[in-house]
Amino acid sequence: MTQYNDPPPGMVERRGASLWLSHVIMIGGVLIVFFPIWLAFVASTVTQPEITQPPMPLWPGDQFLANYREALLSGVNVPVATMLFNSLVMAMGIAVGKIIISLLSAFAIVYFKFPGKMIFFWLIFLTLMLPVEVRIVPTYEVVAGFGMLNSYGGLILPLIASATATFLFRQFYMTVPDELAEAARVDGASPMRFFRDILFPMSRTNIAALFVILFIYGWNQYLWPLLITTDPSMNTIVMGIKQMFPSGDDTANWPVIMATSILAMIPPIIVVISMQKLFIRGLVDSEK
Amino acid sequence: MEKRVTFKGWLLPLCLIAPQVLVSAVFFFYPAGQAVWQSLFIPDPFGLSMQYVGLGNFEYLLSDPYYRASFLTTAIFSTLVTLCSMVPALFLAVVADRLIKGAGVYRTMLIWPYAVAPAIAGVLWLFMFNTRVGVVSWYLGHLGYDWNHVLNGGEAMGLVVVASAWGRISYNFLFFFAALQAIPKSVIEAAAIDGARFWRRFWTIVLPLLSPTTFFLLVVNIVYAFFETFGVIHTITSGGPQQSTTILVYKVFSDGFVGQDLGSSAAQSVILLVVVGALTIFQFKFIERRVHY
Repeated sequence: MTQYNDPPPGMVERRGASLWLSHVIMIGGVLIVFFPIWLAFVASTVTQPEITQPPMPLWPGDQFLANYREALLSGVNVPVATMLFNSLVMAMGIAVGKIIISLLSAFAIVYFKFPGKMIFFWLIFLTLMLPVEVRIVPTYEVVAGFGMLNSYGGLILPLIASATATFLFRQFYMTVPDELAEAARVDGASPMRFFRDILFPMSRTNIAALFVILFIYGWNQYLWPLLITTDPSMNTIVMGIKQMFPSGDDTANWPVIMATSILAMIPPIIVVISMQKLFIRGLVDSEK
Repeated sequence: MEKRVTFKGWLLPLCLIAPQVLVSAVFFFYPAGQAVWQSLFIPDPFGLSMQYVGLGNFEYLLSDPYYRASFLTTAIFSTLVTLCSMVPALFLAVVADRLIKGAGVYRTMLIWPYAVAPAIAGVLWLFMFNTRVGVVSWYLGHLGYDWNHVLNGGEAMGLVVVASAWGRISYNFLFFFAALQAIPKSVIEAAAIDGARFWRRFWTIVLPLLSPTTFFLLVVNIVYAFFETFGVIHTITSGGPQQSTTILVYKVFSDGFVGQDLGSSAAQSVILLVVVGALTIFQFKFIERRVHY
């Protein structure tokens, strides 16, 4: 991208009052956007009576350790630690699985000529169109038929069947100079050697950016785990929170539920913040 | 899409592409085909046999007032979600773009909600507006407004819209901010030298230059509102009260899994399939090479 020098101050109205107003607006915006998370955090550090007799305090209390210990070790139906582990397996499985099969299939599509290539290409392309939400009932039946209800395979595999990552790698491979493949071929390197020693290392940034996006996608799944994990010990944390609300008129255990909400947010937030640069690049580049 | 230099052989590429094709066939094409197939049948009351009804399920659906109402609900819901997530995001991005210092810090602070799952966002907003313990509903009550989204359909809709739009503000902000930063400063300066003030520059230069991004976000946000907000609705309202927040995807779920009406649910899947297909083609036609998640 071309670098443009900033205009001299004053030319584009970045003066005193206007500048301050901009900061005030931004801080206001951040506070409003942030408020629900803050409130959840406060609720996770106070006692149940403090919440059930509104208004609840807006500053954290002293029950942080007690509430989080209760959530992690006993939870409501199942310890939250178990749900966290399930979510981790699911998110990692989806991210890693999708990246591996896409790297390979994109390699085949871009670097080979083989019979039926265009058919496969369009078959894969078609899967871009249909989120799992649309075909839930038949997909559920397939997974049930394989006996994969309440299993990690059942959680992960149906969500890998999408072509977004394949498309991205295809796009990237197309920008790799032809001379590299030519040189590899002249030197007598096998295709897989070329893939392992040249293409894969070159794709590292793309892989990392995609990993962030796919990890969040997998972690935040709701409908699919809701359908296929009937056994509480297989619940993921994002769908498990709803199960913590009592049916009927009983009062929900708000401090533990809100502690669980905070725990459910932490891993994706850590991933996003720590890999912010890569993530923004992956998001903005891949979607434009 | 062809490389000038390709490797020889056909067995290796077939092996390489096999995992993806296999997973797609088993978990994508077969179920999608099943949805189309099942949509032509109704099961008998005991679930023992299927009776062929042709397009009967579709005819029934399109004349069903609840299904039509669900279409309308979806239209209202997705319009509101798109507006409520794009307008504040654009506003914040324009303000942030004017700052030389600190814009990066604000961006970091605004990214957080993107990472929060829709279902968790639902729980957070439900907590704030809960009729018994909610902070916001309590203060509203003190101002003389009796908030009850459990009984009032309009309030329920408002709550699921805000909870769905909330996380998307971050997402839209990132795109608008990146697009704004990419506008050459010289263009803005030239307009400033010619005497155009801020709002005039915004309407006549900045907004037209943003239109590819805006259009892209429009489609992506509509797709989001259609398909990814299930978690928000399930946690906050479960489609109620009186189906006032039952969007199409929620109805596929409630008819298929709760009501066990497989034929109708499959027909709804097929209709949704057509809707997504149309949206995707629309998107690819107008914005080439853009892929959404």
